[in-house]
Amino acid sequence: MAAADTCGAGTLSSRSVASEAGQGGTSSFQRKGKASGGPGGGPRLLSIAGTRPSVRNGQLLVSTGLPALDQLLGRFRINMWARSRRNLGEGLLGSPSPLCLELPAPLLDDNSKKELEDVHSAKTPEPNVNMKIAWRYQLQPKMEVGPVSSSRFGHYYDLSKRIPQELLQSSKWHGFFLPEHISPDLKGESCFLSCGYMRLLEFIQKSVYAEGFDGANPQKKQKNILRIGIQNLGSPLWGDDICCKENCDNNHRLTKFLYILRGLLRSSLSACIITMPAHLVQNKSITTRVRNLSDTVVGLESFIGSERETNPLYKDYHGLIHIRKIPRLNNLTCDESDVKDLAFKLKRKLFTIERLHLPPDLSDTVGRSSKQDLAASTARLGAGCSSMAEGKKHLDF
Amino acid sequence: MSGCRKRICLKSHLFCFLANCKVCFVALVQSFSHYNIVGQKLGVSLTAARDRGQLVFLEGLKSSVEVLFHSQDEPHPLQFLREAGTGNLQSLYTFIQDALKPADSEESPWKYPVLLVDNLSVLLSLGVGAVAVLDFMQYCRATVCCELKGNVVALVHDTEGATDEGNDTLLNGLSHQSHLILRAEGLATGFCKDVHGQLSILWRRPSRSTAQRARSLTYQYKIQDKNVSFFAKGMSPAVL
Repeated sequence: MAAADTCGAGTLSSRSVASEAGQGGTSSFQRKGKASGGPGGGPRLLSIAGTRPSVRNGQLLVSTGLPALDQLLGRFRINMWARSRRNLGEGLLGSPSPLCLELPAPLLDDNSKKELEDVHSAKTPEPNVNMKIAWRYQLQPKMEVGPVSSSRFGHYYDLSKRIPQELLQSSKWHGFFLPEHISPDLKGESCFLSCGYMRLLEFIQKSVYAEGFDGANPQKKQKNILRIGIQNLGSPLWGDDICCKENCDNNHRLTKFLYILRGLLRSSLSACIITMPAHLVQNKSITTRVRNLSDTVVGLESFIGSERETNPLYKDYHGLIHIRKIPRLNNLTCDESDVKDLAFKLKRKLFTIERLHLPPDLSDTVGRSSKQDLAASTARLGAGCSSMAEGKKHLDF
Repeated sequence: MSGCRKRICLKSHLFCFLANCKVCFVALVQSFSHYNIVGQKLGVSLTAARDRGQLVFLEGLKSSVEVLFHSQDEPHPLQFLREAGTGNLQSLYTFIQDALKPADSEESPWKYPVLLVDNLSVLLSLGVGAVAVLDFMQYCRATVCCELKGNVVALVHDTEGATDEGNDTLLNGLSHQSHLILRAEGLATGFCKDVHGQLSILWRRPSRSTAQRARSLTYQYKIQDKNVSFFAKGMSPAVL
């Protein structure tokens, strides 16, 4: 399920929301007696299921659903955003009301504890031996392979199973299936926004209002975060033609939709994750504009279907992750990671993100072969005979 | 990431201007609380400025929802969101004009008005054509700079890699009209922990036809939690 999701190059765009509904809004020069906190004064963040407050910038943090990604996007100092199906599963576990189906089964307490223990025990602490030959590598930061924090912020999921029906039925969720909301003759198409996008916006706005996420009718029960998932935005399934034509007349419909969605999210307790088939969009300026309108942008590049699938350099991984943008809300700075080359590995119960390591080069040639050469040499070895002996590319003194 | 970097300059400007000027801030990118919290880090309270009438703040994100989902009695500054076509920013201009023109009856405690726009590239994403945006800026300059002797500060994304014709037109057009251009970008050599980017400052005199060449300076900077430190190229404290 998730493998199909990441097939081909795709970009995840997401929104994030500052929990303004909860902040006291005191100015730095006057103390206002807002009903937000105890005797200490100052804004106090709401305690909402599934969230944790950030001491850095006064916002609520939401898990992406992938502990590895949580860690990468700022050592738990991420701002609120969500990640596709796992996080929507997060939504069911911590705080209901996701907007999607086909969620993977979460690993509930006993199992996930065991998973954590397994991961931790597998990584035996290495003695602090000084390296003699490869001494420069001693200075490299140790990139943790698995999740390191024992305090659980997020859950683990078993991708081979669907979420149990009982859990789905007991939670509150809303699904949006576009053909149900559009009349077949499409007469009422408004010119400033495509029909599909307009219906989706109206649906989201109604859900936000009805469930009280915007503070209009305060949620009586335990407060929650509304998690929204939108798949394949910009594809022809949404009535948009940016994937079909390079210069379409209405190529601002998607960006307009995103802007208004951002406005909706900013004024409510919600987080949204969007997937977009960026590799299909004909006009690259649209992708740039979409990125500028998003808070966090992550690109997933799967090796399936590309030449890298068979490349021995990448045999340990399933694809690359490109962190294109991280949020900078209520702050001048952000927690930018030093590591820029990241790859992911998808196992049944674990989605790990690692620094991209090249395997040791054990070949006879002087330099490491380039990717194209390696593919050629692999074929050469496979063929057995030396009909493709093209050693001229390798310098051999 | 270059767009984020540009915002530091905007904020620094905002806070200098707030010292003695009436400010109209058209904020299309983030919410009021974001600017307010960052402002507090830099020592300025936007809430206080707004309460005493010195700052007129238009929050684009919140207003866009209002325009679309709630019926409006009067023309809304973001009225163009409901219109098809290349967009007409007249209602936005009227809003700015009303915000910055001094009331006739009273003596205003603030001298020169300032218009801040963050950022114009978003208007392109909202369906407004580049020419319409340039026209709007022309009207704003005529009112704010020439008539009211104030200043206009506008942010534009610089999309070097992507071929965004509309944005290029906008950027070129504005560059020719500007007296001062601040360009913030990442380092050409890539990511660096101690030097976050480079700021080029270019002074121009578009009105004069003398042979005097434009003056330019380049600094590098590092963004900290409550401050941005600038230094000459190669003089980062981490290197010395």
